[in-house]
Amino acid sequence: MALCVFLGPVVAGLAGSILPSFGYFPALGGEAFSLAPWRALAAYPGLGAAAWFSFWTGLAATLLSLAAALIFTAAWRGTVWFKAFQRLVSPLLSVPHSAVALGMVFLLAPSGWAMRAVSPSLTGFERPPDLATAPDPFGIVYVACLVVKETPFLFLMILAALNQIPDSPLSASARTMGYRRTIAWLKAVAPLVLRQIRLPVLAVLAYSVSVVDVALILTPVTRPTLGVLVLRWFNDPDLATQFVAAAGACLQIGVVLAAGLVWKLGELGAGRLFRRWIASGDRSRGENGLRVGGFALASLVGVLGGFGLVVAALWSVAQRWRFPDVLPSAWSLRFWDRHAEALLQAAGVTLTVAAVAAALSVLLALACLENEKRRGLKPGNGALWLLYTPLLTPQIAFLFGAQVLLVTIGLDGAWVAVIWFHMLFVGPYVFLSLSGPYRKLDPRYRAAAVTLGATETQAFFRVVLPVLLRPVLVAAAVGVAVSVGQYLPTVFAGAGRFETLTTEAVALSAGGDRRLVAMLALSQSVLPFLGFLAAIMIPAWLYRDRRELSGFR
Amino acid sequence: MSAVSAAVDDPETGRGPEPCSELRSAGLALRSVSASIGGRDLFINLNLSVGPGEIATVMGPSGAGKSALLSHICGVGDPDFSFGGSVALNGHDVGALPASQRRIGVLFQDALLFPHLSVGENIAFGLPTGLGRDERNARIAAALADAGLTGMGGRDPATLSGGQKARAALMRTLLAEPKAVLLDEPFSKLDAALRDKFRRFVFDHVRERALPTLLVTHDPADAAAAAGPVVELAPP
Repeated sequence: MALCVFLGPVVAGLAGSILPSFGYFPALGGEAFSLAPWRALAAYPGLGAAAWFSFWTGLAATLLSLAAALIFTAAWRGTVWFKAFQRLVSPLLSVPHSAVALGMVFLLAPSGWAMRAVSPSLTGFERPPDLATAPDPFGIVYVACLVVKETPFLFLMILAALNQIPDSPLSASARTMGYRRTIAWLKAVAPLVLRQIRLPVLAVLAYSVSVVDVALILTPVTRPTLGVLVLRWFNDPDLATQFVAAAGACLQIGVVLAAGLVWKLGELGAGRLFRRWIASGDRSRGENGLRVGGFALASLVGVLGGFGLVVAALWSVAQRWRFPDVLPSAWSLRFWDRHAEALLQAAGVTLTVAAVAAALSVLLALACLENEKRRGLKPGNGALWLLYTPLLTPQIAFLFGAQVLLVTIGLDGAWVAVIWFHMLFVGPYVFLSLSGPYRKLDPRYRAAAVTLGATETQAFFRVVLPVLLRPVLVAAAVGVAVSVGQYLPTVFAGAGRFETLTTEAVALSAGGDRRLVAMLALSQSVLPFLGFLAAIMIPAWLYRDRRELSGFR
Repeated sequence: MSAVSAAVDDPETGRGPEPCSELRSAGLALRSVSASIGGRDLFINLNLSVGPGEIATVMGPSGAGKSALLSHICGVGDPDFSFGGSVALNGHDVGALPASQRRIGVLFQDALLFPHLSVGENIAFGLPTGLGRDERNARIAAALADAGLTGMGGRDPATLSGGQKARAALMRTLLAEPKAVLLDEPFSKLDAALRDKFRRFVFDHVRERALPTLLVTHDPADAAAAAGPVVELAPP
């Protein structure tokens, strides 16, 4: 049942993209199979460049994120800096991709804060230079933004994997053999960790190769990614272009698969080198470089991610801020006032969708977990792959087809549709967040309850749920954060009629009112943050007299 | 060991099953119970009857299936294990009943007081429904007094000492009015001085209420104090 809800649209969506790509789309008069769409696609100038751009930026972003997260963990695990980064990273994880991208624009654009900080003292610029810094044609800022967003995710995945790996005895025993800290961890623990986080890494790869909202913000109009091109074709008023769009969506799947294949091959090659490195017995060579490098990468992630939003906050209250002033010369809150109505309206839509999608996802996850528990099912690797399916499939590739499904059943542009499509992405994250604490709960609490005369259902509501209140609320907050950040699902399922903070921010990012964009990006980031705050404060207050559950020990 | 009135067929020595002639209907009776995990037998043909107020002991090394046996008897079995034979309480087979209707109380190795409830709420968890409010409060107060926890009903269980937690857990089990009690090594985590005291506390209470009681333990001293039938499970 839950499977149908989640996989139905993915499968239907893929079919709905593949069939039209071969010219079959009865609603638009395409009733015979042909290769015409593919020929039109191939003839499009710049297609190869766009596909190649998507391909290499996705791979680079994934590799850099993984390296940053892994090396930082190896070099600094167990130190104060590690804990500090952990604290910094969790809020960054909840900031939507598009908000991070906008923050990078505020920071790195030709008139951005970074340029102001060094102008005119170093550069001599009295006015914003005519340089393409962000968005830049080389994709550097674009990759940097993906790294800023994905490093925290992989970092947390590594931490989760470390819950199941006895890493401190392993690296300690390597250290007693003379290996320095970082080398010891990389050689003794990293291989085990990498095996555990294979799926999350693939999800990051698929996402990075096919992301659309970040690309809309951080790549120049003349230098689109494949995903951006496909979106343009979908939005083209000429209906014949739909066939090309479908073919493009299929090509996007191909690019993701190709990237996955290259990743896999790289994994094999790197594994061989790694094994040779382990066998070499090198104990300290590279240690210092790795420590410094890991620290530098992690701080860069934190600074780029956090500071961009600080600059956005400055812009939202800047009445006059001339280049190259580092700070505004006049401040005012009236822009918030002026845009309050629009902001509140978008925030209302965003929050409604997010709250319902998160709540339903939590209910569904609890039902699945409870069912699994009562039937004594042991979910294997297959179930995990199914769970990851919506995260491993390029959004743009199946959303078009899934929209056709919605039109067929008359749901396009309805609240139900938007919430359902958000749940495709909210659901897996909520489940992943909740399943750990749920399965770890001592089964004897439940046994104690039922042997005291409570039925299974009473035991669930009177013991399991209250004890797990905090993880349940955290999972809901994760769901809200994921939903707030969704761009494409909102656009497609909402048939363009739903204006959330994210769709507005992306739509206005190019050439819109800078202050309004700043406010949108901030609001986007604040909503998930408030969700996490509530998820921590509610149990802390309810259980203020219950030491084990308040979350503060 | 004081009395051995039950036997288990030892799959290693091939000792034959001992027919259990005197199956009393009052009390807890296990008839040819067998357990296996993943197709491998842990024990077969276990026969044991425990009369009212009697405390039987099951001993054996880790992995022999002691705890699995208790889970099976009270109905919260782990699906990894499969069991044969029958379990009867006061002459009725309880095998088909859900755990919540078996009226078999369990005391675990840890007190497992529910962390979200106060001590008093924990003790009240097992009270039968349909009691008046005054009656409920009176029973809770009496149980708290009995456990030396007078005035601590509103406390967070996490703030109790190990001995206090253990006594509160027993009270919680007894207030559910069980017809038999299973003890899953409830003394093993307490330190030596506390262990003897708590053991006496538990044994006095189950004897006073004439409850058939089955104790699982590693410790021969527990079995000696129980002074009931002893079953030794073979190493796996």
